[in-house]
Amino acid sequence: MSKQFLLDGQPVPFEEGQTILEAARAAGHYIPSLCWHKDFPPHGSCKLCVVKAAGRHVSACATPARDGSEVESNTPEMNGERRGLLQMLFVEGNHFCPSCEKSGNCELQALGYEYEMLTPRFRHFFPDRPVDASHPDVLLDFNRCIFCELCVRASRDVDGKSVFALTGRGIQKHLVVNAESGRLADTDFSKDDLAARICPVGVILHKRVGFAVPIGERKFDVATISAQTLKESP
Amino acid sequence: MSPVAPRKLRVATCSLAGCFGCHMSFLDIDEHLFELVNLIEFDRSPLTDIKDVGPCDIGLIEGGVCNAENVHVLREFRRNCKTLIALGACAVTGGLPAQRNHLSLSECLREVYQFRPGIENGQIPNDPELPLPLDQVHPIHEVVRVDYFIPGCPPSGPAIWKFLTDLIAGRTPRLTGDLLHYD
Repeated sequence: MSKQFLLDGQPVPFEEGQTILEAARAAGHYIPSLCWHKDFPPHGSCKLCVVKAAGRHVSACATPARDGSEVESNTPEMNGERRGLLQMLFVEGNHFCPSCEKSGNCELQALGYEYEMLTPRFRHFFPDRPVDASHPDVLLDFNRCIFCELCVRASRDVDGKSVFALTGRGIQKHLVVNAESGRLADTDFSKDDLAARICPVGVILHKRVGFAVPIGERKFDVATISAQTLKESP
Repeated sequence: MSPVAPRKLRVATCSLAGCFGCHMSFLDIDEHLFELVNLIEFDRSPLTDIKDVGPCDIGLIEGGVCNAENVHVLREFRRNCKTLIALGACAVTGGLPAQRNHLSLSECLREVYQFRPGIENGQIPNDPELPLPLDQVHPIHEVVRVDYFIPGCPPSGPAIWKFLTDLIAGRTPRLTGDLLHYD
């Protein structure tokens, strides 16, 4: 008999080696994520995929599914914790949606809608993070970085360029560009890199196409992120 | 004996560090305004031009807190309103005015009033009647307790209408789908 676990009381089949998140999405159940990507090993930094397995909080993206285990995900308790994580992400950077050209295509914003976040609740940090507009094709707006390292991983592991890195610790942590000048123009970064297309928020933006699709007709204006994700997953 | 009409709820509104866009959006509820005036009456508001807020059921605050007068008005609203609502992105997050928060206030003022091209012998306004700016712009929940938040820049007319009708009818207000937007 095939192996399965219970997700919010529903049986979810899985193959040995699959994580809770992979098995759940394959079976048509949504578990949210920001830093997870199907082509990369789990990162476990955003914690949006937090679930309760055997009474303990674990990251669903990094925890292997176990036969017969019981997992809580889409519950008021877990969704409330996700909302709290989103609120912390929002106050940590400068996420000013009304002026962001990623608005409507942004996964952070879409998750705010999904979990009905009405207020950032906490005290805003208002950090000082200057933008880098040096590159001819791509703008970097560090204000919106959530430190998911997707661009870091894509540039290093797929593009073979290692253009990005995180540096600093805790409150000082920030995204940097791997050039002596620190400017994107002084790297071999190209707008065709995977790293140029992988940012879930509005840090890495292609120039001259910002409002080609008008606000109101964008990806998450049309459908929720849970519906979009399940539609796209295998 | 004629039945006693239910008391109308008293509503106050104001714009702190805002652009009045949320008030314009409030007017965008269009013909619902006729239903609304049967349910509420206005206290202090740009719509009535009453200057001081009295005891109210609902207070709607547009805009963040950018100067000492904003703090004073906001606290006065909190003292007088049973339910205080942050209306729009600026009240909820600080919004556009808060984009100056990573700059020094004196640099901002000097840039605008002294060094802007075309200005000669410019000086920073210092009339005692002008409220002193704060070093940073704050969302209103960082200054007073806030009961509800309506995000959006501005929140749509339908979102404001849904929220107010929920609240007036005694339901827990809820914004989902098209009604919940941050931009």
